[in-house]
Amino acid sequence: MLILRNITKHFGSVVANERVNIEVEPGTIHAIVGENGAGKSTAMRIAYGFYEADSGEILLDGEVQQITTPHDAIARGVGMVHQHFMLVGTMTVAENIVLGAEPGSVLSLDLTEAAAEIRKLSAEFRLSVDPHAIVENLSVGQQQRVELLKALYRHARLLILDEPTAVLTPQEVDEFFAILRSMREQGKTVIIITHKLSEVLAISDQVTVMRDGRVVGRLETSETSAAELARLMVGREVLLRVEKPDSKPGATELKVKNLSVMTADGGKRVDNASFEVRRGEIVGIAGVEGNGQTELIEALAGLTEPAQLSGEIWFEDRDITRQAARSRRELGIAHIPEDRHRRGLLLDFDLAENSILGVHYRKPVVTYPGDIVLDYDAIQQRARRIISDFDVRPPDTELPARSLSGGNQQKLIIGRELDLKPRLLLVSQPTRGVDIGAIEFIHRNLVAMRDAGCAVLLVSAELEEVTSLSDRLLVIHEGRIVGEVDPKVATIEEIGLLMTRGH
Amino acid sequence: MKLLHELVFPFIAVLAAFIIGAVLILIVGDNPIEAYRLLFGSALSWPDGIGYTLFYATPLIFTGLAVLVAFRCGLLNIGAEGQLYIAAFAVAWVGITFANLSAWILVPLCFIAAIVGGGVWGAIPGALKARFGSHEVINTIMLNFVAIALVSYFTQYHYKTPGDPILQTVPIGSGAEIARLGKFIPGLPDRIPLNVAFIVALVACVLVYFFLWRTKWGYEIRATGNNPSAAEYGGISIRKQIVLAMVVSGALAGLVGINEVMGYRYRFYDGFSANYGFTGIAVALLGRNHPVGVLLSALFFGMLLRGGIFVDAFTDNVTKDLVDVLQGIVILFVAAEALFRGPFGKFGLLKRPKV
Repeated sequence: MLILRNITKHFGSVVANERVNIEVEPGTIHAIVGENGAGKSTAMRIAYGFYEADSGEILLDGEVQQITTPHDAIARGVGMVHQHFMLVGTMTVAENIVLGAEPGSVLSLDLTEAAAEIRKLSAEFRLSVDPHAIVENLSVGQQQRVELLKALYRHARLLILDEPTAVLTPQEVDEFFAILRSMREQGKTVIIITHKLSEVLAISDQVTVMRDGRVVGRLETSETSAAELARLMVGREVLLRVEKPDSKPGATELKVKNLSVMTADGGKRVDNASFEVRRGEIVGIAGVEGNGQTELIEALAGLTEPAQLSGEIWFEDRDITRQAARSRRELGIAHIPEDRHRRGLLLDFDLAENSILGVHYRKPVVTYPGDIVLDYDAIQQRARRIISDFDVRPPDTELPARSLSGGNQQKLIIGRELDLKPRLLLVSQPTRGVDIGAIEFIHRNLVAMRDAGCAVLLVSAELEEVTSLSDRLLVIHEGRIVGEVDPKVATIEEIGLLMTRGH
Repeated sequence: MKLLHELVFPFIAVLAAFIIGAVLILIVGDNPIEAYRLLFGSALSWPDGIGYTLFYATPLIFTGLAVLVAFRCGLLNIGAEGQLYIAAFAVAWVGITFANLSAWILVPLCFIAAIVGGGVWGAIPGALKARFGSHEVINTIMLNFVAIALVSYFTQYHYKTPGDPILQTVPIGSGAEIARLGKFIPGLPDRIPLNVAFIVALVACVLVYFFLWRTKWGYEIRATGNNPSAAEYGGISIRKQIVLAMVVSGALAGLVGINEVMGYRYRFYDGFSANYGFTGIAVALLGRNHPVGVLLSALFFGMLLRGGIFVDAFTDNVTKDLVDVLQGIVILFVAAEALFRGPFGKFGLLKRPKV
């Protein structure tokens, strides 16, 4: 179906693709895996005409094609769904789908035929999307289906999906995979870019592995394993399972009593939660995303308006319910936020300036007179220490945080927070969008913090992560803590039922 | 190197504006080379050209810095105009009321009046935003009208010399006057109103740089401007930063009062500002919201203002509106930069997918 032959692409001095060969057979689901920056997206954007290759050929159905714009690709039956959707929120599904090829005359847009066609496609591929719904009212999963429909409406025979599952909940991922399988049955060819190995194994027929801009392997999915793929991706043996000794919990650090977080309209995002976290243990919170985990962690970190809170938060015999974020940090509470772009980083500031966020106002970062002036030597020293201890790459304190890959941004945040030597660590989605090598590193560091006597509260949407790291596991459902399970004993099914049904 | 890189785009914008300006001059029937020779020749001649160029640049440095400080906190201060009127009147009031004090006391007192006057007028929209979330753009624009009408009222009914046909206050005490630079620079005649306020403006550039990039307060303001959510996460009170940034911004705009009242007219003259507050936005934009850039672009705008007068007088058809046209085009180009630096790189517009 699609063959990329000897594709090479440079961005300035950076080699994004070096003699890349990819062969996708018709009627299959083909996975392309690799760490962030391995060149997967670049190769696919070349196939879609978004970039032009420096050298090499693109073949469709055995013939060499000149694809220099996405327009060429669409005309030849290639569609692509980007990681960030390209939809107009205020328009209907049908309007979005016909955008760029509007039917009817200049003066009147005729959508009846288009709507019928969309309904037919929607039924054929079991997408169940209403053509007249307004896009911004749809869930993320439904919006993604609109993107799929957009490609199918343009008669795409080959669909390229860039990290399609990154934005989906576990339930939505299952539904999404069912859709992909039905597409394969209807004779479509699908390329899926991902770095989640479980998904590769679950959905694909063949898999191409990329590392540092090159193809390092092409395998039949049925004949490979997660361990082999991980080794190919990273270039060394990777520990996929966290190994940790039993915990030795000490005194209680955090005590939450009947905590509720209200929204402005009177709803409760966290509903009467009570639990404890002791020194030297990792307490995990499992739950389907959007069930109050975000609000709970933010309330504990002091980022919620006091008027929205009821109940009590105690830290080492001290009621901190009304304390501001700054004084909680001073007590020894560190926070690794779930959204590193929104909360965790000043993206246009350099790494040095990012490394002092939260301690920027006190010694040793500030100096005389009157502890007002920033001490740049001390800041550089601190930044270099964090960067080397946590292997942030590239190790240049003057780069803006924006220029780092997701994994390295996350390592910088974790380094900054762990450098505070916290007594309580609030961790939310520590490995979201982070590649395998860095995940292993982050997990080891969290366990090391625990073993050093820190109390750790961990929220993660990755059920496997939260069960393998936690010493105790709480399950949250619609803002309520609905149960505590022993992660060593409980099965994924048991926890899954608690997460989705609440009992 | 980094600085040089930052200067490239403003430079292109200025160059492009002059090219388009040349076409316009041709259309109205004059020789563009002659017009530009007049413009730069008269703006850079010694001593009158340079003296006046620096004098015109002085208020623009202050208002450019004012807009820059607010902008670094993520705020658009369109109220520099109102802030500088309140401050200038406050300076005049102190200079008139305590006219008998010696310069050693009166000059610092007038400086404080300028800072407090501008600062308070900036604090109002800051506090409104911090407390109620009302938008600073609306509030600063509205407060401009209030400020201009307020000082006009006080001038007209309380501080005017009776019978004076001109809407201006009585003179300030001689202790409140600051020296013209002609006193210190040989060859610069005393009639040129360039005064100590220009030195204050240079010092203000250095202080603003130091404040924003070398103190914890500046860090907090910049962090709030870059990403308020992350600033909040880092234990920074966004509300405090908004008020602080608006106070500093207003105070900087207020320093225009020193140039105008203490160094130039020695009284408050109603309607003195030639849109300094609004031009400050252009100065900050062209100066890429950096004190060095603001200084350079204020000097550039000062040159246009000075040279425009001569282009007007000595060409057949070109009027000094040319200056406004050039300013407008420069700003259009600077604002258009976002398109060029978009996610698709240099040829972003051409490369956009046609899906």
